[in-house]
Amino acid sequence: MIKAVMVMNTQGKPRLAKFYEYLPVEKQQELIRRVFAVLCGRAENVSNFIEAESIFGPDSRLVYKHFATLYFVFVFDSSENELAVLDLIQVFVETLDKCFKNVCELDIVFNYSKIHTILDEIIFGGQVLETSSAEVMKAVEEISKLEAASNAITLIPKSASGWRSR
Amino acid sequence: MGSQGGFYQSKEFLDLVKSIGEARSKAEEDRIVLSEIETLKRRISEPDIPKRKMKEYIIRLVYVEMLGHDASFGYIHAVKMTHDDSLLVKRTGYLAVTLFLNEDHDLIILIVNTIQKDLKSDNYLVVCAALNVVCKLINEETIPAMLPQVVELLVHPKEAVRKKAIMALHRFYHKSPSSVSHLVSNFRKVHIMWLHLFQRLCDNDPGVMGATLCPLFDLITKDVNSYKDLVISFVSILKQVAERRLPKAYDYHQMPAPFIQIKLLKILALLGSGDKQASEDMYTVVGDIFRKCDSSSNIGNAVLYECICCVSSIYPNPKLLESAADVISRFLKSDSHNLKYMGIDALSRLIKISPEIAEQHQLAVIDCLEDPDDTLKRKTFELLYKMTKSTNVEVIVDRMIDYMIRINDNHYKTEIASRCVELAEQFAPSNQWFIQTMNKVFEHAGDLVNIKVAHNLMRLIAEGFGEDDDTADSQLRSSAVESYLRILGEPKLPSVFLRVICWVLGEYGTADGKFSASYITGKLCDVAEAYSNDETVKAYAVTALMKIYAFEIASGKKVDMLPECQTLMEELLASHSTDLQQRAYELQVVIGLDAHAVDCIMPSDASCEDIEVDKGLSFLDGYIQESIEKGAQPYIPESERSGILNISNFRNQDHNEASSHSLRFEAYELPKPTMQSRIPPASLASTELVPVPEPMYPRESYQTPVPSVSLDAGSSELKLRLDGVQKKWGRPTYSPATSTSNSTLQKTVNGITQVDGASTSNSRTRETYDSRKPQIEISPEKQKLAASLFGGSSKTEKRPAAVHKISKASSHVMEKSHVPKYSMEVASEKTASVQQPPDLLDLGEPTVTSTSPLVDPFKQLEGLLDTTQVASAVNHGSIAAIESPDMMTLYADTPAAIRNSDLLSGLSNPSIINMPGDTTTTQPMQSSKGPNLKDSLERDALVRQMGVTPSSQNPNLFKDLLG
Repeated sequence: MIKAVMVMNTQGKPRLAKFYEYLPVEKQQELIRRVFAVLCGRAENVSNFIEAESIFGPDSRLVYKHFATLYFVFVFDSSENELAVLDLIQVFVETLDKCFKNVCELDIVFNYSKIHTILDEIIFGGQVLETSSAEVMKAVEEISKLEAASNAITLIPKSASGWRSR
Repeated sequence: MGSQGGFYQSKEFLDLVKSIGEARSKAEEDRIVLSEIETLKRRISEPDIPKRKMKEYIIRLVYVEMLGHDASFGYIHAVKMTHDDSLLVKRTGYLAVTLFLNEDHDLIILIVNTIQKDLKSDNYLVVCAALNVVCKLINEETIPAMLPQVVELLVHPKEAVRKKAIMALHRFYHKSPSSVSHLVSNFRKVHIMWLHLFQRLCDNDPGVMGATLCPLFDLITKDVNSYKDLVISFVSILKQVAERRLPKAYDYHQMPAPFIQIKLLKILALLGSGDKQASEDMYTVVGDIFRKCDSSSNIGNAVLYECICCVSSIYPNPKLLESAADVISRFLKSDSHNLKYMGIDALSRLIKISPEIAEQHQLAVIDCLEDPDDTLKRKTFELLYKMTKSTNVEVIVDRMIDYMIRINDNHYKTEIASRCVELAEQFAPSNQWFIQTMNKVFEHAGDLVNIKVAHNLMRLIAEGFGEDDDTADSQLRSSAVESYLRILGEPKLPSVFLRVICWVLGEYGTADGKFSASYITGKLCDVAEAYSNDETVKAYAVTALMKIYAFEIASGKKVDMLPECQTLMEELLASHSTDLQQRAYELQVVIGLDAHAVDCIMPSDASCEDIEVDKGLSFLDGYIQESIEKGAQPYIPESERSGILNISNFRNQDHNEASSHSLRFEAYELPKPTMQSRIPPASLASTELVPVPEPMYPRESYQTPVPSVSLDAGSSELKLRLDGVQKKWGRPTYSPATSTSNSTLQKTVNGITQVDGASTSNSRTRETYDSRKPQIEISPEKQKLAASLFGGSSKTEKRPAAVHKISKASSHVMEKSHVPKYSMEVASEKTASVQQPPDLLDLGEPTVTSTSPLVDPFKQLEGLLDTTQVASAVNHGSIAAIESPDMMTLYADTPAAIRNSDLLSGLSNPSIINMPGDTTTTQPMQSSKGPNLKDSLERDALVRQMGVTPSSQNPNLFKDLLG
C-alpha cells in the first residue's frame, strides 16, 4: 500500500502531506525534513528511487519526481511497483495540470482542499483507486458542482463574492 | 467555471500563505504561524460564524498543522462540521478530521454516528466522503458498527462507491483480520461475480474488479493454498486485459489497464511459487505479455518488470527465463537510471534460478557499482550480496567495505557492515582474511555491529584453525596481535573493537615472546587512559593487564608494574564502578601470589578450557558447621519459608490472598525492609561480599510471603540464592524447590562463584575465561565446512550456505545441550559451568534441549557431503569414538576440570553427539583444509597484485566477481 504522499518545494517547505497511516504531527514534520534532506542532495539525471528504510522503517520504498519548484514524493511498500508508482505521480501531476491549466506551486498552495480532493480520487486508503486523469477530473468536477450547489442553497453570502476567485 | 470553482479562499488566507512563502527564516515563519493560530483561536470561538467562513478557518488550521504547529484547539470544530448537511462543509469537515485525528482519538466517538448516517445517504458523494473517513478513522472497536453498511455498499449502483467500499473492507482487514474474516468468502464472491460479469460483458466496470485485486492480493499473501482454484480465472482476466478487451478508458499511455496487469502478475507470482501445475497455466499469458508489452513507455517497463518478478517466482520455464533475461539486458543497457535500477533488481531475483545470467551482464553490473547514483549503487551491492560465493567473496567484501567507509548514513552503514560480517563468516577463504576483514569492519563501523560479531572474532582467534595445527594458530594470533598493536595507534576506535583488542592483547600479547610484557601493558594502560569514560573498555583492559602479569609471574619472571599502570590501579581502586574496583583488587591480589598459585588461577592460553564449579559449595561445610554451633540460624530455602508462613500466619486465612499481597495486621517489630528477610541469617553469615544487612529478628518477622515471581526477578541481583542447590542444612522434611527453572540454576551458579570467599578472584576470572568455550566450537567447524563445501562450484553455491547455517545452528544446540547433560550426568553435585557471564557471550537463555534435534542437522550435513567424504567421515567417526575417552582424560587432567567417571562415560558415548560428534564432522574437513587455505591465501595475494581498485576495468576483477 501507499504509506504517504508528500509535495514539497525545493526549499523544503511542505505543500501537501498526507499519511495513510496515522503519525503524530511532529513525526510527520521530521519525516518531511529527512526526506527533503535526502532529496536535495541528489543530482539530476539519477534514478527517481530512494532507499527509504532508514527513514520510514522496514519495507518502504520512496519514489519522487521533480517538477519545476516542487518535489512529488510517494512512499509505499513492496506491494507496489516502483515504475508504476512513478507513473502514478505522473497521473497526479497530469490531473493537477488539467485542473489548473499549467499547474504551478502557487496553485497547490492556494487550492489546498482541492488538491486533497484530487488525491483522494487517485489514492484511497493507501490503495491506488484510479489511474486515469480524465476519470479523476470528472469525479472532482462533479464534487465541486455539487458543493457549489449545496453551498448556494445553504448560504446567502453577503460579501462572499469578494472571496470567489471566479 | 474558473479553475478554483468551489474551492475559494479568502484574501486573508492568501496573505497568510504568501507571507509564509516569503518568510526568510524558520523563526519568522513560526512567528507568522503563531500569530495566525492566535487569530484563528479567537475567530473560531466567535458565535454565529457563517459556514463558509468556518470552512475556511478549518482549512487554515489544516494548513497550519501541516507546517508542524499544534491545531488541536480546532479539532472539535472540524468534528462539528462533519455534522453539517451541506456537502461542501461536510466534506471539509471530513477532510480535516482525517488529517487531524487518529483512529484512537477521543473525538472519534462523536463522528461515528454521522458516518453511519452518511453511509446511507442518497447522495453518492456523501457516501464516498464517509467511506474515505471510514478508511482512516475506524479502529478495531468501531469496525463492527460500520461493517454491515459498508458491506451493503458493495452492491451500490455507482461504481465509484463499490470500489471505495471494497477498499474500505480491505482496510478493515488490515486493521483487524478477524473482524472481516467471515467476509473473506465475500471477497471471493465479489471477485467471482465481477469475474463473471467481466467475462460476459467487458464493459461492465473492470475498475471494481481491479479494486478487488487489492484485498485479494493481501489475502493470498497470507494463505496461498486456499486460492489456488482462482489461478485459472486470474489467468483469464489477465489474458483479456492484455488482449485489450477492456474499454479504451482503461488504457494508460496505450497500455491496457497496466495497474490491473501489475496486480494480477503479483498475484500470479504468489500463486505459482513452487507450484508446477499452477505455473504451467500461467506460462502462455506471461509469455504473451512479454511479447506485447511496449518497452518504450515507463508503464510498459513496469509491467515487464512485474513479469520478470513473476517468472522468477513461479516454477521456472526456460523460454520465459530467456525472455526475462532479454528484458533485463535491455533494462541494464538503458540510459535511464530507473531502468538500470529495475534491471539490477530483476537480475538479483533471476539469479536465484539461473546464476549464469549474471555473467552476460558483468560489465553493466560493474558500471552500476561505479555509478554516482547512491540508490543504484546500493541496489547493486544487494545483487552482489546475493551472488557471493567463496570464489568472489574477497572482491565483494572489499568493495562493500570501501563503500561502507565512504558513507555517513548510519542505517545503511549498519546494514552493509552486518552483510560484510555475514559474508565473511559464511565464505571466508582463510582465518587470516577473516580477521583482517573484521578489523576493517570494526574500525569503520565498530559501534554499529552486533556485539556477537566481536565475540565470534575473539573465539576464532582463541580457537584458531584446530587442535592439530599449533603453529598456524600461533601465527594467526601473533599476526592478530601485531595488527592490533598497529591499529591502536589510530585515534578514536569504536568501543567494541577496543574490547576485542584488549582481550586479544591480554590473552596472546606476550605469547610469542615478540613483545615484552611492559610494552603490552603500556599499550593497555594507554587504552584505559585514552578511553577513560568507557568503563567496559577499561574493564577489559584491566583484565588483560591481569592476564599479562599472571603469565609473567607464572613463567617465573619478576613483575614490576609500570608507573602508569600503578596510577591506573590507584584510580580504579577508588572507582565509582564496583566492577572496575573489583577487577583492580583482583589484579592486586594476583600480583601478590606466587608462581604456582597464579598458574592455577590463570593458566596460559586456557580460554578454551572448561571450568568446574562446585555448585553445592561443599567447601563451606566446615564454616557453616562452625557458624551453626555459634548459634547462627540454619538456612531455610525460600519455598519452605513461604510454606511455614502460610501455616503459621493464620491471620491470613486465605492462602492466595497471603501470597498476593502482604498486608499485615499486627505491629511491626523492627523497621526493616521486608525484602531483606529473604536472605536467611545463616547464609548471610557465610557471605562477606553480599551487601545485605543481617536481619536478626525472629522468624515471624519475615513472614512476608514472597511470590515465586519476585523470586525470579530477584535472581538478577547480587544476592546469594541457594534454591536449587543441594541442601546442606535446613529441615530435611522439605523437598528442595522443584519449580526452579534451569535459568535460575545457572544464575545461582554465577551468584555463588561471586560470593565464594577466598577463591573469588580465581573462580571469577576462570569463569570469564572458560565460559567462552561453548561458542568457540562453531568457528573452526564453520571454516572447515566452508572450505570443504564451497569448493567453488558456482551452481551449488546457495545450498551449502544453507547447510552451513544448519550446522551453525546445530552446534549451538549442541553447546546448549552441554548444560543439561552435565547436570544430569554429574547428579547435581558438580556441574560444569558452561554458562557464560552476560558481559562476554550472549547465548540467550540456556534451555534444556532434547537430544533429538542434535542428530538431525548432522544427518542432513552428511547427506550433503560427498559419498566418499561420508564414508571417511564415518570411519573417522568410529575412530574418534574409540579415541574419545583418551581425549576426555586429557580434559580431565586440566587443573580445574575435575570430572567423575560418570561424566566421562556419558561423554564418550558416541550416540550422544558431543565430543565424538564433533570429531565426526570435523575430521574430514581438516584433511582438506590445509591446501585449501593455502589456495585461498594465494588467491588473495594474486587479487591484490592484480590491483583490484575501484576504477580499473580489470578483466580479472570480473572473473573473480562473476566467474
